[in-house]
Amino acid sequence: MSAPPDLARGVLVIRPLGWLTGGRISMRLSRRTLIACMGMGTASLVLMLMSLVSGDYGLPFSEVARALSGRGDGMAGMIVLEWRLPRALLALLLGAALGVSGAIFQSLTRNPLGSPDIIGFSAGAHTGALVVMLIFSGGYYETAVGALGGGIATAVAVYALTWRQGVDGFRLIVVGIGIAAMLSAANVWMIRKAELQVAMSAAMWAAGSLNGLGLDRLLPAALALALLMPAALMLARPLRQLELGDDAAMASGVSPERVRVCLALVGVALVALVTAAAGPIGFIALAAPQLARRLVRSAGVALVPSALMGGLLLIASDWAAQHAFGFQLPVGVMTFNVGGLYFIWLLVSEARK
Amino acid sequence: MTMPQARATENAGPQTRRRVLLMASGCAVLLLVCIASLIAGARTVSISTVAAALFAYDGGNADHIAIADYRLPRTLLGLMCGAAFGVSGALMQATTRNPLADPGLLGVNAGAAFFVTVAAGVFGVQAMGAQLGFAFLGAIAATLMVHALGSVGRDGATPLRLLLAGVAITAVLGGFGQAVTLLNPMAFDSLRVWMIGSLAGRDTGVVYAVAPFIVAGLMLALLVSPSMNAIALGEDQARALGTRIAGSRLMAAVSVTLLAGAATAAVGPIGFVGLMAPHVVRWLFGPDQRLVVAGTMVFAPILLISADILGRFLLRPGELEAGIVTAFVGAPVLILLVRRSKVSRL
Repeated sequence: MSAPPDLARGVLVIRPLGWLTGGRISMRLSRRTLIACMGMGTASLVLMLMSLVSGDYGLPFSEVARALSGRGDGMAGMIVLEWRLPRALLALLLGAALGVSGAIFQSLTRNPLGSPDIIGFSAGAHTGALVVMLIFSGGYYETAVGALGGGIATAVAVYALTWRQGVDGFRLIVVGIGIAAMLSAANVWMIRKAELQVAMSAAMWAAGSLNGLGLDRLLPAALALALLMPAALMLARPLRQLELGDDAAMASGVSPERVRVCLALVGVALVALVTAAAGPIGFIALAAPQLARRLVRSAGVALVPSALMGGLLLIASDWAAQHAFGFQLPVGVMTFNVGGLYFIWLLVSEARK
Repeated sequence: MTMPQARATENAGPQTRRRVLLMASGCAVLLLVCIASLIAGARTVSISTVAAALFAYDGGNADHIAIADYRLPRTLLGLMCGAAFGVSGALMQATTRNPLADPGLLGVNAGAAFFVTVAAGVFGVQAMGAQLGFAFLGAIAATLMVHALGSVGRDGATPLRLLLAGVAITAVLGGFGQAVTLLNPMAFDSLRVWMIGSLAGRDTGVVYAVAPFIVAGLMLALLVSPSMNAIALGEDQARALGTRIAGSRLMAAVSVTLLAGAATAAVGPIGFVGLMAPHVVRWLFGPDQRLVVAGTMVFAPILLISADILGRFLLRPGELEAGIVTAFVGAPVLILLVRRSKVSRL
C-alpha cells in the first residue's frame, strides 16, 4: 500500500506488495466501491456469526467466542469448530467462487444473462450426475465425479464447436444454448423415466446443498480457491481491456484469444469446484455480478465485489435454508428465493431514485 | 419509412425473388409436414383415408377415429403452438435486442410451472384439463408481475430492466416451486411429467380453448412488427422516426403473453422453438422484422411438427415427446448454422 488514499477525489490507488512487484499490480478503487465492499464484508461476517450461534443445539454468543478462541468445552467446541464454522466458511468461499465465475462469463459474452451455464457446464454436470445416479446408482463421490466429467466434457465440446479462427462471444452463446437445450431435454427425460423416489433424490442433489459438509470438504476447496482466485484477479485487467473490443485490447498489448481461453478455464474451474463440493448451486453466478455492479455502480463487471456479493448471498441463503422453515432445505432452493427477492428489491429501489 | 423501402425493393430484385421463393418453399414444406403428421404413426394410413376422415367422417372406422380424435388435434396444436412459440421468441429478441431472449424470460414458463406445482401440491389437481387452466393463469400472472416490476420508475420498461425483472421473478417462483416439489412427491411427479412438452394426448377441446388467444396474438405480432424495425435501431433513432416506443413495446408484450402463455398451457414448455426459430429465419431472410415474424410463423411449426412425427418412430412401440425431439433436432441445425461465416446478429 504505497500511495496515500486520496479520498477527496473519490478514487484510491492501491499497490499491494509494491516493493515486490515494482508497482506492476495496482488497483484503482472508487470510494463507493470501497464502502460497498466493506459493507458486504461486514454483512457476511454478521451472517457468519449468526450461523455459528443458531442451530438445534443453542449456543450463546459467549460460548461461541470461547470455542473460537480454542477454550470451549468439548461439545460446544466440536459443534462450532467442526460443524458450523467449516460450513459457514465453505458457504462464503463457494459463493465467492460462483460470483467470480459469473462475472467472468458475463464479461466474456458481454451479456447480462451470461453465466457459466452459457458454456454448458451446468447442464453437462447435471447430465453426468443423473447418468451416475439413475443408471449406475452411484453414491455421493461417484456422483461428484460424474458431474465433473459431464460438465468438463460439455464445456470442452461447446468451446470446440464454437472455435472458428477464434471464439466469438455471440457464437459461444448460440452454441451454448444449443448444447444446453439438448442436455436439458435428456435430463428431463431421464427424470421422467426414473422411479419417483430415485428421481426425487436426484432432484435434491441437483438443487445443491451444504447439508452435512464439514472440514474434509473445506480444506480441498480452500486450497483450490487459493490457486484460482489470484489467477482470476490477475486476469481482471486484460478482462477489462477485452470489454473495449478485440481491436482495442490488442492495441494495448492483450492477446484476446489467449486471455479468453484462460478466462474460460478459470471460470469453469471455479464452477467445477463448487459442483464437486456441494452440487450445482444455481443463480448466484447469474445474480451476484449484476447485484454487485449495481451496488458499486461500476461501468463493467467487477470481480472483487462480485466475489463478496456471491459469498454474502450464499451464506444468507444457507442460513435461511437451515433455519427459516424449521427443517433443512437444500441451499440451492434458497439461493433462488434470497437472490431473487434481493434482486426485486434492488430493481424497485433503483427505480425510486 | 416507405420511400427508402420502395427503392430498396426495386434495387434488390434478385433478393426479393429469393425471399419469395424461400417463403413459398417454406409453406410447401409446412403443408407436406402437416399431411405427414396426419398419415404417419403407429397406425400408418393412406392419404385417401385421411381425406375421407376429414371430409366424410365415419364414426365406426378405427382409422377415422385415430385421425380425427388424435392426429388432427395434435397437428393443429403443432401448427398453432409452433407459430406461437416462434413468434413470441422473435418479438422477445426484437424488443429486448438480446439473442438470448426467449418467452421464458418474461416468466411464462416459471409462472405456468409454479401454478401446475401448486395445483398438484396444494389442491391435488393432476388432470390435464384442469392443469391447462392453471398453467395459463400462472403464465399470465407471472408476465404481469414481470411487467409491473420492470416498469416501475421513470424510464419505464427498458429492455434490460424487463430482462432482469424476468430473471428475478423466475428465480423466486422457481425457488418456491422447487421447495414445494422437494417436499411433496405428488407435486414432483406432476411437474416432471408437465416439464416435458408434448403434443400427444390433447383432445380437440384443447385446440378450441387456446386457438382464440393464439390467433389474436399472431395478428397483434404482425401489426407490431413494422415498428420493431425502428426499435432495433435504438431508442433515440426509433423516436426520431416517429415510433411510439412505449405503445409498441406494450403491444409486443401483450402478444408475447398471449402466444407463449396459451402455447405453454396447451403443450408444456417447449421453449427451444422460440429461441431457435427466429435465429434461423433471420439468417434466411435478413433482419427485417416483418419478414422475421412472417417467416417464423411458417418455419417454427415445421420444426415442431417434424419433431413430433420423428418422436412417434424413435422409441417404438412408445413415443418420444416432441419437447425432447425438438431440442435434439433443432440444436444441431442451430450450431451448424451459427458456424457459417456470415450470420447476422440481431
